[in-house]
Amino acid sequence: MEHHHGQTERHQGWKTSRSTDLIFRGITAACAGLVLVVMAGIFVSLVWNSLPSIRHSGISFLFSKAWDPVSNEFGALSSIYGTLMSTAIAMLLAVPLSMVIALFLVELAPPKISYVVGSAIELLAAVPSIIYGMWGLFVFAPFMADNVQPLLSKYLGWLPLFQGPEMGIGMMTAGIILALMILPFVSTVMRDVFAMVPDVMKEAGYGMGATTWEVTKDVTIRYGIQGMIGACLLGLGRAIGETMAVTFVIGNSSDIFISLFEAGNSIASRLANEFAEASDPMYMSALMELGLVLFLMTFGLQVVTQLWLKRVKRKMGGDLL
Amino acid sequence: MKLNAFRWTAAAVITLAAALSSHSPAAAQAVSGAGASFPFPVYGQWAHQYNQLTGVQVNYQSIGSGGGIAQIKAKTVDFGASDDPLKTEELNQVGLLQFPMIMGGVVPIINVKGIEPGKMLLTNALVADIFLGKVNTWNDPAIAGLNPGLQLPEQKITVVRRADGSGTTSIFTNYLAKVSPEWKEKIGAGKTVEWPVGVGGKGNEGVSAYVRKVNGSIGYVEYAYALQNKLSHVKLRNRDGGEVEPTSATFQAAAANAEWKAEEGFGLFLTDQPGKESWPITGVSYILVYKQHDKADIAAATLKFFDWAYKHGKETAEKLHYVTMPENVIQMVQETWAKEITAGGKPVWPAN
Repeated sequence: MEHHHGQTERHQGWKTSRSTDLIFRGITAACAGLVLVVMAGIFVSLVWNSLPSIRHSGISFLFSKAWDPVSNEFGALSSIYGTLMSTAIAMLLAVPLSMVIALFLVELAPPKISYVVGSAIELLAAVPSIIYGMWGLFVFAPFMADNVQPLLSKYLGWLPLFQGPEMGIGMMTAGIILALMILPFVSTVMRDVFAMVPDVMKEAGYGMGATTWEVTKDVTIRYGIQGMIGACLLGLGRAIGETMAVTFVIGNSSDIFISLFEAGNSIASRLANEFAEASDPMYMSALMELGLVLFLMTFGLQVVTQLWLKRVKRKMGGDLL
Repeated sequence: MKLNAFRWTAAAVITLAAALSSHSPAAAQAVSGAGASFPFPVYGQWAHQYNQLTGVQVNYQSIGSGGGIAQIKAKTVDFGASDDPLKTEELNQVGLLQFPMIMGGVVPIINVKGIEPGKMLLTNALVADIFLGKVNTWNDPAIAGLNPGLQLPEQKITVVRRADGSGTTSIFTNYLAKVSPEWKEKIGAGKTVEWPVGVGGKGNEGVSAYVRKVNGSIGYVEYAYALQNKLSHVKLRNRDGGEVEPTSATFQAAAANAEWKAEEGFGLFLTDQPGKESWPITGVSYILVYKQHDKADIAAATLKFFDWAYKHGKETAEKLHYVTMPENVIQMVQETWAKEITAGGKPVWPAN
């Protein structure tokens, strides 16, 4: 009795102690608010530090491919091109591959194999990007130079895309490495999307005598198309800002080439390369503006992705991520 | 339960904050510096040895020359280090003194089938033409004429250079600008330049990895790096017609023949120096300190460390393939210390 009484009292004491509650709420709110503050702070400081460069180059910054720190002429075009191009190659390779993997895991593989392969793919996502970069430079680039690029130039060499020096380092290798890096993200989300397709719908398809391929094509993919686009957007967001791996293999040239064998640069790789030794204020500011461009690109992409995923969630009723 | 956890967290946070704020600056004596990554291995070794000898802590952060200059200007460190000499006006503006600490060379490296290290000879003008993209095959008459004994392949030259801003590039482009008017006019010199041709690797390791992987390539790396990795270097014909290989001796020759006195703040690039024995692409790494100090003890400790490094750091430096400053230059530097570095109006050097 004594004991019990004491416990209720303590319990009530905690419930009525408003000040603790307020402090707790205050701290949690502050921590959550911190995220917004950091976000806004990064944006404001990027804009602020870019101002000298914005005034210096104006809008031509976005359309000039000059990058000449010696005479303070800066343009983002080659970096923007490289960012978009390497991302495009990555998407072109990763999306179909992810889709096939996801379909296999959900529709065709025995549960045990599905589990093992699924876990392996998730593990792939945990490999640090620097490892991809080193592996890309020391193992994959020479392989490309010796085996893949000679073949491509032999059979597809009439396309300007596959002409030029077979160095193994360049836009194409960067794109392929990026594809490997986003593959786990895209395929995991796609797997979840396909798993969400109600069994009744698929069974109805089979019941009407459709083959696995027909059910996949006309039921699973059609039902999950919006989720699949969401998965692609997620991959895109990751590919566009990837830094270390790209820096290692893209070749870091300020030129724009049609050929995928040639070297290029991306915004992230340029920043990673040049930030440490940029002592001139205008140079620094140009790099900041480049950072701002990347920030706006990824931010815009995030907004689109979130809106899209929200829509998918509403329509499919499930929880995607 | 939840409440308890919360209290614990709060207590932990408060303790941590208290611990951080009561952290005392400098236990015994500590000197901090930041800057160039090129001399980091030797500065790090010196600091370690010096600490064991004297107990003085020297912390050097290898954050890049640009960062080092920014940090010393912001007075967050006691000395800065840069691979690029600052101009006299910039030094005077902030009241900094600059002196040379250690030297190194930059070495062109090649990967051409059948050509062994040190066998190919290039002239200064030819190096510039290759990096300009004007000479773009290995069997070009200009290269063949210089190397009659070599079997040169009919192969495209792939130029490999640094993608990241670096003191190595600064030294190399300074050299190219000195030996080629066209380079000077079109490209110029700096830590990052707008290269007319080629691919960029990150760091010395990036460049050497590219050169090793790409057949028919030419790049440039720090001497120590070329040596440790057994990369295939070239011979150069310097301005006085001497055919030199990159060695400590040829770097020393470049330094000894340089006109240090004529240069205010020792702001010298040791590229294209006179002398038959001089390696034409030699560079210096600099230390930056303030001329006027509030704390005499820190200023003295900083200078004492560098004095020790000048006098006793030779062996370590040579082991790491750096080149130490010649005796006459050290003397000149220490004379400037005595003249120009003060704390509270009194000279700091010679320190006791």
